[in-house]
Formats: sequence, C-alpha cells, structure tokens
Amino acid sequence: MKILTGNDLKTGAVTWWTGEGWSLHVAEAVDVGDQGDAIAARENAARRVVSPYVIDGETAADGPRPAHIKERIRALGPTVRLDLSLKPADPAAGNWVI
Amino acid sequence: MYQYDSHDQAMVDARVAEFRDQVRRRLDGSLAEEQFRPLRLMNGLYLQLHAYMLRVAVPYGTLSSAQMTMLGDIADKYDRGYGHFTTRQNIQYNWIKLEEAPDILADLAKVEMHAIQTSGNCIRNTTSDQYAGAIADEVVDPRPYAELIRQWSTFHPEFSFLPRKFKMAVIASETDRAAMRLHDIGIQILRNDKGQLGAAFYVGGGMGRTPMIAPCINPFVPIDQMITYSEACLRVYNRYGRRDNKYKARIKILVHELGKDEYTRQVEAEFAHLLTQGIEPPLAELERIKAQFTDPAFATGLSDAVDRSDPDFAVWLDNNVQVHKQPGYAIVTISLKPVGGIPGDASGDQMRLMAQLARAYSFDELRVTHAQNIVLPHVRKADLYTVWQQLEEAGLGTPNLDKIGDIIACPGLDYCSLANARSIPVAQKISERFAGREQEIGELKLKISGCINACGHHHAGHIGILGVDRKGVENYQLLLGGSEGADTSLGTITGPGFNEEGIVDAVEKATSVYLANRHAGERFLDTYRRIGMAPFKDAIYAKDAV
Repeated sequence: MKILTGNDLKTGAVTWWTGEGWSLHVAEAVDVGDQGDAIAARENAARRVVSPYVIDGETAADGPRPAHIKERIRALGPTVRLDLSLKPADPAAGNWVI
Repeated sequence: MYQYDSHDQAMVDARVAEFRDQVRRRLDGSLAEEQFRPLRLMNGLYLQLHAYMLRVAVPYGTLSSAQMTMLGDIADKYDRGYGHFTTRQNIQYNWIKLEEAPDILADLAKVEMHAIQTSGNCIRNTTSDQYAGAIADEVVDPRPYAELIRQWSTFHPEFSFLPRKFKMAVIASETDRAAMRLHDIGIQILRNDKGQLGAAFYVGGGMGRTPMIAPCINPFVPIDQMITYSEACLRVYNRYGRRDNKYKARIKILVHELGKDEYTRQVEAEFAHLLTQGIEPPLAELERIKAQFTDPAFATGLSDAVDRSDPDFAVWLDNNVQVHKQPGYAIVTISLKPVGGIPGDASGDQMRLMAQLARAYSFDELRVTHAQNIVLPHVRKADLYTVWQQLEEAGLGTPNLDKIGDIIACPGLDYCSLANARSIPVAQKISERFAGREQEIGELKLKISGCINACGHHHAGHIGILGVDRKGVENYQLLLGGSEGADTSLGTITGPGFNEEGIVDAVEKATSVYLANRHAGERFLDTYRRIGMAPFKDAIYAKDAV
C-alpha cells in the first residue's frame, strides 16, 4: 500500500493523510494508491502540509504501518525518548519500529 | 568574553526582524516552501525527522552564564525541556514550532546569540579549543582569532553560496583538542623562531563519506595576514570547487584532485593579489577583540591542595579535572554522558544549574566541547568539592572524560532525517555494558555516527561505529585506530558489520584484546597501533572462523 505523509506547517509535527485530512497517527492513514502525488500537490498548495511525500506501507494489526524503519521511527517518535513519543505510556513501544 | 558592539547587535536584531517577516509570509502563503526553505536554513531552522529543529551557534564554544541560562529557558519555553549539544560546539532543539521560531531568535539576540550560518553552504560556526585561555600549553588564547574569523565570515557576500558547507577550527597549542586537521580549514596559531605570531594553515580535511586529514599548505602566515590568507583559500575553492556533484563538492576533494602543491600554488597567487587589495581587518580591531579575552581576575597565592578523602570525588577529580595555567585553579569538564544516557543532551534545569555554577565558581564562563560536554574553565581548587556535589545531585557528575562511556554520538535515526541507523541506543548499551570498568580500561574515545556523513566523528574514534542501512535493517560497522588529536589518524573498518547487540559484543571483544596485550601506560590506541588490526579482527570474528 501507499501512504502519504508530511509535516504540519506551523508545528512541524509528522502527519499522515487520512482521506479527509491529516492525522498525527499513522494508524489512521489510508492507502492513497496512485493518487498520492495529486493529493500532496493540492494539500501543499493549501498550506495544510509541508513537504509531503508518498511512502510504502504495510497492513499491521492496528492499521497501516510504514514499510521502512526510518518512517516507523518518524511515526512513533524517538525510541530513546518514548516519553515524547505518541505512545508515552507504553514502555515497549520501541519494539513497534523494529 | 567577547561582547557585541552596536554593529553586531544591529545586524542580529535586523536578521531577527527579517526572519519574523519571512515566517509571517510563509504562514500566510506569500512564500512557498521551496522559496522559504533556503531562508529558514540560513537561520538554522531545519525540518527534521519529527519536527522543525533549530541549531543555535555557540561561537568557538564559549558561553556566559546568562547565555547558558537562556538556552535552558528556551528548552523549557519553546521545546520539550532539553537541548542537544553537538560536535560543532553548538546546541540543537528538536521540537520547534515554526510560528515561535522568530521569538526564539529574539530571545537569543537578547543575550548576543543567534542561529545565523548554522546551515547552508557557507562558513559555519568556527570552533576552537574548549580549554582556551585556561590551559598552560597554548601559545595564546585562540579565541580572539576565532572571533575575528566569525566577524569576517558572517554575511560574507562572496562566501554565502559556496559549493558546499565550510567548517573552520582554530587552536593555539600542539595538543589538538578541536580535531583541527579534520576541518575544511584548520588553523594553528603559533610562534616562529623569531617569536613572531603566525598561523599554520591546514586545508582540505574532513570526515563524511570521504574522510581526509588536512595537509599543511602554509606553516606560517603572519598573524596580521590570517584573514587575507583565509580569503585566498576560500576564493580558490569557491572558483574551482565542484558544484556539479554534492558528494564531491567539499574543499577536501578539490585539494585532493588538484594535489596539495597545485592548490597551494593557486592560493599563494591569490594571496599575493589580495595583499594588494588591503582586505585585512585593521590591527586595531583585533586588539579591540583581544582586550575582551583577557584573563579574569585570578586570585594569587591560592593553595593547590585538594582534599581527596571522599573516594567518589577523588575518582571524578582524576577523570574530569584538568590542570589550569593559574596556580590554585582547575579546569572542570562536566560530562553529559551519564551511564545509559543520551550523549550531549541536557535538560533546561541542568543548563541553568551549569550556568549558576559558572556564575558562582568560574568567572561566569562555560565552554561547549566538540565531544558534547561542558567545561567550567576557571574553578578554584578550593571550590571543586562544592561544585562536584552540586553536579552529582543534578546527574552531571559522571567521572568518565575520555573514557569508553564518554561517547560522541550523533542524533542518528532517532532524530535525523539523513540517518540510516540509530546511534543513541548503541551508545547507551555500550555505556551500560562498560559501567564500572571505565577506569580499568583507561582512555578510549568511542564515536558513533548514524550515517556516512560522520557527524559522530566515527572515523576519528579509537573505536568508531558507523550505522548503515542494510536492506532496511540497521547494521553497524566497526572501525579501529582513529584519532583526532595531534596524532590524527583515520580508523580502519574491521570487516562485516553487526546488528545492535552484535556491535556491543564486538566492542567488548576489542577491549578484551587491548587489555590482554597492553603494555604499561598504553592507551587502547597505542596498543592498536603497536600490534595492528589482526589480533582484534581474529577476536571479533572468531565465531565466524570456527
């Protein structure tokens, strides 16, 4: 599957295209098929995202998951500061990226 | 310490106002990202793996307590309570909001700081010896010369769009504590046989994907021609450095491809021309700068005695305290490498504490080291125990300077969009594995980079580790034999790489070979150089050979 990601213009936060807007949670991402570049161009022009790009994803138990470890770390947060990640209460969250 | 004059302050204030307007135009859509990107990068604002990252310049690593306090306050007010001190004596904040970036720059300007030229293909922050002005082996304090370079290189119109980024370091002692020969230009201030002050120029060093040790192209440039000679070096590079290939654009490639002799010939020709143009700053300006780097008012007649009866304090003394040029004083290095910690990270509270200690005990001065630690340069020996107690309480008293736990590590894949593998978890595992054995092993400089750009200086580590991406999986190569001091050398890869656990085991095997073979007084590096790679390789890959 193909998923679309970028950063929020104001905060820089990593965001994922949900089909209707942008979410901080990759599990809410949708397969954009071959529409990624078109969506990216439209959203970029509207300043709802910065530097959007399409990546490979895979289906996991809790939803889409980036295929590459770099994007998985991007989706979660720094594995060495899980308190600052999107799963601060889960001490094993780092295993998700491996 | 250098104090801004009205020109410095006006320039920085004007830049803050300019950037505030640029951010406003970006947010209202007047500027597209491709237009805005080079503008934000000129102000040190990157878009990194998780958010915007701001890199703040710390010129030649010197900070006042007010500046360090501000860095701590920024960490709390605008970031997530911490900052990361880098191998170029700067600090980075990892979670910056674009709309708040101009306010951060305005706060920095209040304490004579900025983020100008911490990115882009320009002359970056000039680094120096963290013990400058405090150590006995220096010819002079190198920082006035670094400051002169800062003023010359800031907004230099000819060198704002070089083929690639450009890094300079200035030292003034034979003991190189700034990795001088691994810079685009390394300058050593020295005296000739007649006692005259001059600058030896080493040009074309660097790490990255093509590591090179800078050759000396001129062993003595009169000190009142240092800027002119620097200009000549840059001009030749700017003219002939490759702009067609990012990976061959650094000056080291030009010097290598032209050859040292031909590059030097061209520099000397340009230098001769420039001497006729009168571009050297007036000596009065250098004297004005030097006057701001005079020694603090050291007390005289102080005792050198230190009570070592507390054994933990004694270990810290032996590790983290250096001899000062002034009797009765000492140089203190605060380790930002607690066991299992993140190398170079400090919380806002820790920054403010270090600032308080500097104010109370070190003539208001601190230094950032390229090894990602902090120095209090002028501490009375009588105050060392008190300083240590306060550091201990704040988790800053780790006694491991230049030991295996004092690891240089880049942010790696946990923070950096260029990285291929994580650096910090490897550093944490190694520091935990060797906790309690650091004193037995002695000096061992271990450096980790998460990609071939080598921000973690892996080429120059006694033990170096390079993280790579092997078909989507983190893999770590091991290097041995690097050094960044006066005996600069580049490490050699041992062989096939390892996973995260395997690289820690490989480091353990390498240290075991060292301990089994070392002669009295030998560091890891000395033993490696004496016995060579083979015994290490045999031990590290023994399982594979069976």
